[in-house]
Amino acid sequence: MNETVSNGKFGQSVKRVEDARLITGRGRFVDDLVFPGQTHAAFVRSPYAHAAIAGIDLESARNMPGVIRIFTGRELADAGLPPLPSGWNLSSVDGTPARVGLHHALAVDAIRFVGEPVALVIAETRDQARDAADAVLVEYQELPTVVDLAAAIADGAPQLHDGIAQNRAFEWEIGGSAEVDAAFAAATRRVTLSLRNNRLIPNAIEPRAINVQWSAFDQAMTIYLTHQNPIGMRGFFAIMLGLPSENNLRVVSPDVGGGFGSKAPAYAEEFAVAFAAKMLDRPVKWTAERSESFLTDAHGRDHLTTAELAMDDDGRFLGLRVHTLANLGAYISTSNALVVSYMYATMLSGQYAIPAIHARVEGVYTNTCPVDAYRGAGRPEAAYLIERLANIAAREIGVDQAEIRRRNFIRQFPYQTPLIYCYDSGDYEGCLDAALGLADYPGFAARKAESQARGKLRGIGLSAYVEACGIGPSKLLASLGGGGAMWESCEIRVQPGGSIEVLTGAHNHGQGHQTVYAQIVSERFGVPMDSINVVQGDTNRIQAGTGTYGSRASVGLSAAVHSCDKIVAKGRAIVAHMLEVDLADVVFADGIYSSAASNRTVTFVEMAQAAHGAASFPTDQIEPGLVATSFFDPPNFTYPAGVHVCEVEIDPETGVVEVVAFNAADDFGNVANPLIVEGQVHGGVTQGIAQALWENALYDPDNAQLMTASYMDYGMPRADSLPEFGLCFWPSPTPVNPLGMKGCGEAGAIGAPPAVINAVCDALGMDHIDMPASPEKIWQLCRTREVS
Amino acid sequence: MSRIELRVNGRDVEVEADGRTLLTHALRDHLRLTGTHIGCDTSQCGSCTVHVDGKAVKSCTMLAVQAAGCDILTIEGLANGRELHPMQAAFNDFHGLQCGFCTPGMIMMAVDIVNRHGRPDEATVRAELEGNLCRCTGYHNIIKAVCAGAERMGEVA
Ligand code: FES
Ligand code: FES
Repeated sequence: MNETVSNGKFGQSVKRVEDARLITGRGRFVDDLVFPGQTHAAFVRSPYAHAAIAGIDLESARNMPGVIRIFTGRELADAGLPPLPSGWNLSSVDGTPARVGLHHALAVDAIRFVGEPVALVIAETRDQARDAADAVLVEYQELPTVVDLAAAIADGAPQLHDGIAQNRAFEWEIGGSAEVDAAFAAATRRVTLSLRNNRLIPNAIEPRAINVQWSAFDQAMTIYLTHQNPIGMRGFFAIMLGLPSENNLRVVSPDVGGGFGSKAPAYAEEFAVAFAAKMLDRPVKWTAERSESFLTDAHGRDHLTTAELAMDDDGRFLGLRVHTLANLGAYISTSNALVVSYMYATMLSGQYAIPAIHARVEGVYTNTCPVDAYRGAGRPEAAYLIERLANIAAREIGVDQAEIRRRNFIRQFPYQTPLIYCYDSGDYEGCLDAALGLADYPGFAARKAESQARGKLRGIGLSAYVEACGIGPSKLLASLGGGGAMWESCEIRVQPGGSIEVLTGAHNHGQGHQTVYAQIVSERFGVPMDSINVVQGDTNRIQAGTGTYGSRASVGLSAAVHSCDKIVAKGRAIVAHMLEVDLADVVFADGIYSSAASNRTVTFVEMAQAAHGAASFPTDQIEPGLVATSFFDPPNFTYPAGVHVCEVEIDPETGVVEVVAFNAADDFGNVANPLIVEGQVHGGVTQGIAQALWENALYDPDNAQLMTASYMDYGMPRADSLPEFGLCFWPSPTPVNPLGMKGCGEAGAIGAPPAVINAVCDALGMDHIDMPASPEKIWQLCRTREVS
Repeated sequence: MSRIELRVNGRDVEVEADGRTLLTHALRDHLRLTGTHIGCDTSQCGSCTVHVDGKAVKSCTMLAVQAAGCDILTIEGLANGRELHPMQAAFNDFHGLQCGFCTPGMIMMAVDIVNRHGRPDEATVRAELEGNLCRCTGYHNIIKAVCAGAERMGEVA
């Protein structure tokens, strides 16, 4: 157990300070808030996946008890609500911009996926709003649907958007195709792989929620929103809602009940509710029901990929060629053009020195929920592909799965891949050995024999992943089509009494920011953690920020370090005057300023009091007060990496795959709080195993109905699904930020799926099986194996 | 509308609610006890778990009128003043929560498990928590917390 420490230290397992309110029921989530004059919203949603809207009859719904107003898409559009913005400008290989299908907050003429909102009912109570929503009569003219990626780009496929032939939004490429052709010509061995990366539904347990107050008097809006990037959302919302400026808008995210990427986009429903609140001049609240979350929270993954890997006779990788159809869903969500391109294909080199790589990605519209970032966002898809190929290559060459990796590992850092990115640091082979040690790799044969004696099939699978985190260098990202602005800010205010406020634009939704920021500031100032208050998620308090996603806590924490440095430095100047010594002689350690030239010392708190008192130093040379703000824009991504080892046992009688052991050695660089980081790995690995074995968002191929739209049908991991994991850290600190941290939030979801499927394929002696490795699928395979 | 009398966290209260009002909404909307969370609409996530007459119940599976005359304990009533219940403390000690949204339901369920099983082993805790979903933790630290909390509850009793 970890003891409480009053002074935080970087690297210690400090218990979380945010827990106190959350374990006593005093957490504050958006749905907990009620304002005077509160109204409630409910959406009318399309039961069809593709239809023209022929008419909407609001008559009977309008007369229902408590109904205040009902909005249609046409009405909101006429009143000036523009279509949703796409957050990334991706260009096709021919230089043309992505073909963006217009996405209205409420459908105007047509709907393109099941659950798309068609009308918005505002009523005095939640039940009244829902009752009235049920009474809205929409006349739909059904249109043919398409779900399957290959079918969507075929001639004659149902077309979702006017003027976008074959539903192709973009054809994007990266890498050198001529170099890859040459590599294949020179290669003596090659393997190929076709795979589907299954669609997932993020399922943060707190559903999406918003509560909006509008004050017509001062033209000011306050939006309470459960979101991963409340500070960054301010600009988006201000433009969408036609507010005179960002100054007319305050965005607040209180406690956020999980996100995993799904609370990072700008959503249709939230814009509609905010716009309605402005038109009504009363607060409007909407909280999604879980069924709505299944249908409309941005989904994840959904790739159809073919790949070829060229090798020499020893299994050295020479070239990689990849073609991916990426399912965008019915519209391009906020970040999806980025996720399927620069978050995915740039990572196809994996941990390996592959001299030539070329990837082509086609973004395709289908009659499904829009896809966006989900834990890992592009990087899991890349790791899954290359790690599956590595195992197929090992089978082809006839070497062990660890050995094929050793032969191809990158060994020198920084390493420039052929795909833009430059890896910062790493020790891939050290990590591999650490993971194999944890997993008792040499003992596997005996365990397999023991399983066999019980009629079970046992398999072991490795995956060696690398990902790009700490997003990111603003200039690089702007050059790739983003809007830049990927820094993070941190302001530190030392109050006259010595207590400290830390304000950052990153936003906690489970990561323990309140603890880790306080740990770092406590150590730097030598003050107790309970004198530090970390403030997040309120644009009235925090000037600037870009949010929490993509394992980027290191960016905001680095800004905190820089602000701490500025405060400490100013303190030295003040103390030089207080002690009447030379500035150069003042040192600061463990919360105490001292100087060899004086036998007096000054504590941090005394210095703070003096800074505010402004009586012990010349204020024409040193400004009074003690506040520092820093913006940290990382010079590069960080590249966390690791090796995960999964062991499964398959019951051929039932097809059930049981994960019997899971071990991971991860390089997250320096680790701020091992207790919290291990928790992140637990959660990530669990989601990764779940993708490989259970989770699968399934649309009916005939009518595009979502068939996995509740916890009865969607395979969520549960408490009884998994064994305990064995974890260790194998850090190669990054040089790209002052803390040497790389990030850890997504690693598990990236490393685990290929480790699991590699283990399943090992157990069955097969090249490939698509995720999820469901009992039915495995049972069928076992049967055909027996027969053959 | 009916008038429903209940005892919640040791206090007698009255709620004026529709016949269709769920206990979970009576607690959250009428009594403003927002520690009980709603994570689904099919009674499967367990975020809304409270104790009704000493037994864990998903409060979204029960109408408020059905709870008339019952003794309800919610997460807000679990601590003894400022002193945390041993299960709450264990969740903090073992990092049994991340976003904290599933946590009130998990803790109420955990206390119920201990009430029924004494000091359950890990397998029992895992099986018993099958109806409480957590998307953040992968459950491992929750299991550790429940086992430790069970031990501490045994010491207190
Ligand atoms: S809200 Fe009651 S079980 Fe999900
Ligand atoms: S801690 Fe987030 S759902 Fe359990």
